[in-house]
Amino acid sequence: MTIMVNKLEYLKETASQTAGPYVHIGLAPKQAGFDIFENNFGNVLAGPKTKGERIRVEGRVIDGSGTPLRDVLIEIWQANAAGKYNHPADRQKKPIDKRFRGWGRGCSDFTTGIWAFDTIKPGAVMGRNDRPMAPHINFWIVARGINVGLSTRMYFSDEQAANARDPVLNLIEWEVRRKTLIATREERKGHVVYRFDINIQGPDETVFFDI
Amino acid sequence: MKLPSEQYGEFYQRDRTIHPPAHAPTYKTSVLRSPQKTLISLQNSLSEITGPVFGADELGPLDNDLIMNYAKTGLPVGERIVVYGYVLDENGRPVRNALVEVWQANAGGRYRHRNDTYIAPIDPNFGGCGRTLTDANGRYFYRTIKPGPYPWRNNVNDWRPAHIHYSISGSGWAQRLITQMYFEGDPLIASCPILRTIPSEAAVRQLIAPLDRNAGIQLDSLAYRFDIVLRGSRATWFENAVQPDDPMQGE
Repeated sequence: MTIMVNKLEYLKETASQTAGPYVHIGLAPKQAGFDIFENNFGNVLAGPKTKGERIRVEGRVIDGSGTPLRDVLIEIWQANAAGKYNHPADRQKKPIDKRFRGWGRGCSDFTTGIWAFDTIKPGAVMGRNDRPMAPHINFWIVARGINVGLSTRMYFSDEQAANARDPVLNLIEWEVRRKTLIATREERKGHVVYRFDINIQGPDETVFFDI
Repeated sequence: MKLPSEQYGEFYQRDRTIHPPAHAPTYKTSVLRSPQKTLISLQNSLSEITGPVFGADELGPLDNDLIMNYAKTGLPVGERIVVYGYVLDENGRPVRNALVEVWQANAGGRYRHRNDTYIAPIDPNFGGCGRTLTDANGRYFYRTIKPGPYPWRNNVNDWRPAHIHYSISGSGWAQRLITQMYFEGDPLIASCPILRTIPSEAAVRQLIAPLDRNAGIQLDSLAYRFDIVLRGSRATWFENAVQPDDPMQGE
């Protein structure tokens, strides 16, 4: 006689669907053209008392024809200036900055396609197996035509030594593709701006991760 | 060997066979907006197992009441409904304090958005968005009016079935999910090009909310139930490679 084994049951993750063209109504109603919530989530992560170097991160998300997406919504998630995430799962012995959640949400401009975040430069976070990760910001990108939100990371051009040792950048087999994750530092009227264009397709396609 | 800590292991790898492929030509917009190279698989680090935490004090008292949160001169037009459900992980455990955000068209199928030009009129008393946090059991609910179907340019005359958009933030960044909920019995579901990007029929069924006659409010509102499953995480039975252990924690 054959003895059957009880089936091991897990629930299945709910399937993803596109954010659609009107994502702003739900996630950024002011951009959709109306006021409804008293408290709106936005693209300014750093308050006046947040510790760390003030930076602006800006760029475009570009489709396979070279056209910037003008209806994209981006969320970012990052550590504080000390390199600690404001979340109970981060047990590194480093201080939390109560003035910094580390999360922001922004939309591309309906005309230019440019999006931006005002934040602070994150510190380095310990990676797996005690290998430190270079400072980076995690990105999640959704829009009409994107069926499953795209995950990527942004690194900093002035962190060459740390980038060269970063375990995630080094996981990318094709060295030429690593540069797609590195934002370029520039100074504009005394403000530090990191420029980060994201290419969804083409020879310079940005590296996206299955996290 | 250490005692198990019940939380914050890596998330189970995402089963991509239940999600739509990035490149899905029947949904034409996806063609130029889909990566052509493979995704690089990443073992979770702290960057992926952590994520933003939201507080109830950030939401307003009417944020989960789409019938009242934009009412100006009266009530919005349409079928009054309550939508509720549970946010669970793949282990069947409730996801507490998850931020659930919803948006939708009005009863005529028109969105309150500067880019929507459909002929059906804007409802002066309906905004079309709401948000809430799940409770200790992972439960959420909100009140709204049932959205209408509407036409869109894909094939020349495609129609979206009635749907409500969902954005869900769980406890970890890797759980972030965006999706759409559909209504039991809608005849437009079968021909929807966006719904049909999903390769698994079971996964499609999971997006269709059944009518729940018991949960409705008598002589007031019908109710639909929509449960959401986010990725589950591994219990950290053995020493956790995600980060060095801090012996001061958990005491």
